[in-house]
Amino acid sequence: MENHIDLKTESSADLKVFRSNNLKLRRFTQNFAYSLVWLAGLITVLSLLVVIGYVFMRGMRGFEPGFLTTPPAGGLSGEGGISTTIVSTVYLVLMTITIATPLGIGAGIYLVEYAGEQSLGSKTVAALVQVAHFGVETLAGIPSIIFGLFGYALFVTTLKFGFSLLSASLAGACLVLPTVIRTTEEALLAIPTGLREGSMALGATKWQTIKNVVLPTAAPGIITGIILSVGRIMSETAVFFVTLGGSFNMPTSVFSSGRTMALHLYYLAMDTRAFDKAMATGVVLISSIIVINLLINIVSRKLRVGVRD
Amino acid sequence: MKTMRQERFIVDRGIKYILLVFALISIIVLFLIGLFIFRQSLPALKTIPLSDIFLKTEWRPTMDRFGILAMIVGSVMVTIGSLLLGVPLAIGCAILLAEVAPRPVQEIVRPAVQLLGGIPSVIFGLFGMVVLVPLVRQIKIAGNTGFGLLSASIVLAIMILPTITTIAEDAIRAVPQSFRNGSLALGATKWQTITQVVLPSARSGIVAAIILGVGRALGETMAMIMVIGNSVIMPKPLNGNPFTIWLRQARTLTGSIATEINYAAPTHESMLFVIGVVLFILIMIVNVIARSIIRSSKH
Repeated sequence: MENHIDLKTESSADLKVFRSNNLKLRRFTQNFAYSLVWLAGLITVLSLLVVIGYVFMRGMRGFEPGFLTTPPAGGLSGEGGISTTIVSTVYLVLMTITIATPLGIGAGIYLVEYAGEQSLGSKTVAALVQVAHFGVETLAGIPSIIFGLFGYALFVTTLKFGFSLLSASLAGACLVLPTVIRTTEEALLAIPTGLREGSMALGATKWQTIKNVVLPTAAPGIITGIILSVGRIMSETAVFFVTLGGSFNMPTSVFSSGRTMALHLYYLAMDTRAFDKAMATGVVLISSIIVINLLINIVSRKLRVGVRD
Repeated sequence: MKTMRQERFIVDRGIKYILLVFALISIIVLFLIGLFIFRQSLPALKTIPLSDIFLKTEWRPTMDRFGILAMIVGSVMVTIGSLLLGVPLAIGCAILLAEVAPRPVQEIVRPAVQLLGGIPSVIFGLFGMVVLVPLVRQIKIAGNTGFGLLSASIVLAIMILPTITTIAEDAIRAVPQSFRNGSLALGATKWQTITQVVLPSARSGIVAAIILGVGRALGETMAMIMVIGNSVIMPKPLNGNPFTIWLRQARTLTGSIATEINYAAPTHESMLFVIGVVLFILIMIVNVIARSIIRSSKH
C-alpha cells in the first residue's frame, strides 16, 4: 500500500534493490515487534513468578511448625498461627456456597429452560428475562466493596446480624450469585437442543428431561462456576473487611465474628506490619488458589471431553 | 398408570414454580443491592449541596466537609496510570498468545495469566508494600514516601493484565483465518498482517477488553489501600517536575468506603453511600459501553 512504484519506468535493477531493502526493513520491523511481544509475555510470567516466589521465600521465614494448627495470639508482631482463620474461611465458604448455589443454579435453569419458551407467549415474561440479564450482567462487574457496603447496611445494621459469619456469607452470596447464574446459563445453553427433544420424544416430562439429561451433561460447567465462586470467596477481602468484624477467635456460631485468611493477611500487614507472618499466610492462600485453579482445569477438560463424546 | 402420569406432571409443574421463585429471589436480591445503595445515599444528597460534594476537595467528616473531588481524581489517576503500564503489556501478551507463540509456550503463558487473575488482591497489596514501595522510595525527592500513585499504578497494572489479555486474546482469535491468509498471500509479513489486518478486525473486542480493565481498576479496593498512602489531598507535583505528581499519596473512592464505613456517623455513612452510587454509576457506564461494543462486534 505505502510503496507505490511504477513498474514500467523503474529499471529492473532499481526494483531489485528496492525490493530487497524493503524486505529487509520489513523483516527488521517484524523481528523488533516480535521481540517486544515476547518481552510482554516474559514480563507477565516473570511478575507472576516474582510475586509468588517472593511470598513463598519470605513466607517460609514466618512458617513455624504448628503454623497451621495454632490460633493467632494477637500480639503486636502477629505471633501464633492461623488455625482459627482457616476454620473461619472454611465456614464462610461453605455458608456462602450453600446460600448462593441453589439460588443461582435454580435461577439459571429457569432463565434458560423455562423463561425462553414462556417469553414467546408472554411479553411480561420476555421483559422480565431482559431485566434479569441486565441485572446479572451489571452486578457481575460491580466492585466488590459495593457488595460490602450493601451487606454492612442491610445485614450488619438494619437486620442486626452484627459483624458475623451470617452477615458476611449473605453479602458473599450476593457477590458470587451473578457468577453462578452466568456459568449455569452458559453451561445449559451449550447443550444441543436435540438432546432435550430426544428425551421429550421418549415421553419424559420437562423436569425429568432437565434432571436426567440436561443437568448431568451441564454438570462440569456448573461445577466450574461453583469452584470459581469458592476461589472468589477465599480471595475476597473488601466485602468481609466491612461485614465480618475481624475477630481472630474460633467462631462458635453463625453470629460469631471472624477473620478469613485473606483478611488476616491484611490485618497482619497493615496493623502490625508482621510481614513475615503475612507472607506465610499468603503461602497458604496462594497454595489453595493454585489447587482451585487445577481443579477448574481438570473439570473443564472433562467438559470438553464430554462435549466431544 | 394414570396416577403415576398425573404425579409426574404435578412434580413437573411444582418444580417449575420452585425454580421461578429461585429466579425471582435472585433477581430481586440483585436489584435490591442497587436500590439499597441509592436509598441510603439520599439523606446526604438531600442535606449537602451537590456542588459541595463533587467540586470540593476537602474531606473532613468530623467537621461536615464532604468533598470527594480529590478521591475521584485519585481513582481516575491511578486508573490512567495502570492503563499506561498495563495495556501495552496486556495487548502484547494477547498478541503473543494468539498469533506469535508456538503451542508449548502458549501452554505456559496462558495458565500463568489465568493464575495471575486468581491471586487475591491482598497478596498484590502485600507485595507492593514490602517490595515496590521501598523501591519507589529510592527515588530521592523531598516528600516521596514510596506510598502513592506510582506504586499503586504498578500494582494495579499487574492486576488488570489478566482481564485485558484474556478478552483481547479471544477477540484476536475470533478473526477469521482467511483474513490472515489473504494478507500473507499479498506478500505482507506476519507482523504487517497482525497490525494491518488482524488487530483492526479485532479492534472492538480489544477496546472492550480495555474498558473492562478500567472497570476492574476503578473497583479495586484493598490492594489500593495498602500502597496508595490514603491521604485525601488533591494530587500535585512534589516539585517543579510535573512527573513527580505520581509520587504523591492519594486515596481512591473504594478505599474511603472500606476504611470508614464501620466507624461512620449517620451523615458520614450516607456520604459513603453517595460514593458507592458514584462508583456504581461509573462502573455501569463502563460496562454498558464494553458490552455493547462486544455485542455489536459479534453481529
